[in-house]
Amino acid sequence: MGRQIYEAIADGILGGGVYALMAVGLTLIFGVLDIINIAQGILVVLGAYLSYTLSVHLHIDLFVGLLITVPAMFVIGVAIQWLFIRPLRGRDRASMSLLAAYAVALIIEGVLYRVFGPNYVVLTASYVTSSVHLFGFYLPDIYLYGFALAVACVAALYLLLYRTRFGRSVRATMQDQTAARLIGIDVNRVAAVTFGIGVAVTAVGGMMFGATSGGFNPNSGYDLISRLLAIIILGGLGSIGGALAAAVFMTTAEALVDIWSPDWAVVVFYVALVLVLVIRPSGLFGRAPARAQ
Amino acid sequence: MTTRPGNGAIQRGGGTLAALAVVAVLAVFPLAVTNATVTTIAVDTLVFAAAAVAWNIFSGYSGYISLGHAVFFGTGAYTVGIAARAWHLDGDTVFALLPLAGGVAAALSVPLGLIALRVRRHTFVVITIAFFFIAQLAATNLSWTGGSSGILAPSPNWDATTFNDPFYYVGLALLVAATAASWLIRGSRFGLQLRAIRDDEDRAAGLGVRPMPVKLAAFVISAIVTGMAGGLWFYFIGQAIPQFAFDPLFDLSVVVMAFFGGLGTLSGPLLGALIIEPAQQWLTLHYTNEYLSEILLGALFLAVILGLPRGVIPTAAEKIAALRARRRSVPAREAVPQAGRAGQAAP
Repeated sequence: MGRQIYEAIADGILGGGVYALMAVGLTLIFGVLDIINIAQGILVVLGAYLSYTLSVHLHIDLFVGLLITVPAMFVIGVAIQWLFIRPLRGRDRASMSLLAAYAVALIIEGVLYRVFGPNYVVLTASYVTSSVHLFGFYLPDIYLYGFALAVACVAALYLLLYRTRFGRSVRATMQDQTAARLIGIDVNRVAAVTFGIGVAVTAVGGMMFGATSGGFNPNSGYDLISRLLAIIILGGLGSIGGALAAAVFMTTAEALVDIWSPDWAVVVFYVALVLVLVIRPSGLFGRAPARAQ
Repeated sequence: MTTRPGNGAIQRGGGTLAALAVVAVLAVFPLAVTNATVTTIAVDTLVFAAAAVAWNIFSGYSGYISLGHAVFFGTGAYTVGIAARAWHLDGDTVFALLPLAGGVAAALSVPLGLIALRVRRHTFVVITIAFFFIAQLAATNLSWTGGSSGILAPSPNWDATTFNDPFYYVGLALLVAATAASWLIRGSRFGLQLRAIRDDEDRAAGLGVRPMPVKLAAFVISAIVTGMAGGLWFYFIGQAIPQFAFDPLFDLSVVVMAFFGGLGTLSGPLLGALIIEPAQQWLTLHYTNEYLSEILLGALFLAVILGLPRGVIPTAAEKIAALRARRRSVPAREAVPQAGRAGQAAP
């Protein structure tokens, strides 16, 4: 039993790294554009299918393939923002953009179904099945590589946001869009690039998800987005550190409950979410909600 | 506003007449059209129209967008299924369970509303999605819901040639009741409070509206109708399995319908449902590959949001008002000297 618990914690932390990366993209988009990109789940699945196509048809290694899929997802993200989110105006902009993202998700899901069909596929590579012996546990290699990659990506995002001029404009836009515009920041460009970055990380998340989830199909997007939403709300909308902490907390909790009952493990996410919101409506690390405009 | 006093009364009279005409046409529809494919689509449309009107009573009037109404739809479906099985009901008597379906959905909506309505905007939307997934998982994993194979409805015992008619008339009655409730609420003090919350909740609270009871009441009313629609749908389809009773496409569909027709308007969700649901069913029938209908629904939705962001009804109303104003302004310009007196005469 004790051994199982340690293993669950290790799994939870390693798996949490990947969820953290996907959730950071989502919370970043929220912080800058004030919208929930409900298509994030299906975009992760799209990223997984891109990796799948590259590895099955062109025999490109999963990690090398990221050099292609990350820029591709970035372009897709910028295109979605430019075509469907940017034109929305008016009082209901926030809820409209959420619905627009939902519609985009439906279209992507339908296209994926038509191209790849409903059968489950899995990403394979030598390191997906092999594992290392560490501190008395067997840890799959892919989890270790993926965790390292997720940490590197989050660190890179952190450096981009806190050490560059572009990052400063992003944070300024997050704080106050009107003021950012007044001091000469091109808010539209910041929004488009941020959306692109937020979607680009789904290429990495999708590759990891495809290799570790034991199979995915176009329907997997619903499960993913609901977990990601639970994570970013728990962490406090717009808080990057909160998303990291919440992701690791949630996956660890899920892995622990999984020992007791695999069927109910998934519910842990939402029960934790509801409990936290009853006590603290703004999430664990969230700022107090601003007055609605 | 430049509306003269008589105008509203005339419009209201016209509206009542139009509503009666629509109800009359819908009432004789199954007598005129006996094609089973068409009447099946018609029953489906009535169920979704009732659900869209119910969704609008809460989300349209209060501005809180719920993407979790499938919880109440599925609850209604499972309530009818479990009760009919436990009490060995079949035939017409199953329809008597619909108020129970509404009641159970209402009982569930109170705790859900008390939790979700503490937060606003995005967070509220996400909480409703979370409720939806909890409900779907619960239906899959609980022992008394039949797990992933779901629950079967008793088979109706009436004649096959007019098989759809009882469902049709119960659906029509539900739709008329939902629309009447929406109309009554819209014109009432309660409806005004809801719309005040939509426009600015903090200011509404400052003016003496108590937001929580008002929002919760709308949420519960909406849940009752949605639960009854779910119960009817279940008996009509004959089966409830978790991913169709708690279907994310249900949530999206009712939202599209309301947005298409006009969010927060009385007739908008109705119009949206009467156009979109038959179109969707037709697409599904003609392109048995259901994924194409998913793509087309998404594309239609994007077109509505980007092209008609405020919906058909408000946009049309604006166009008509602009047209009338232009027609009125032409003689007004000719009669400039009298304009001042005419202005004074207007009450």
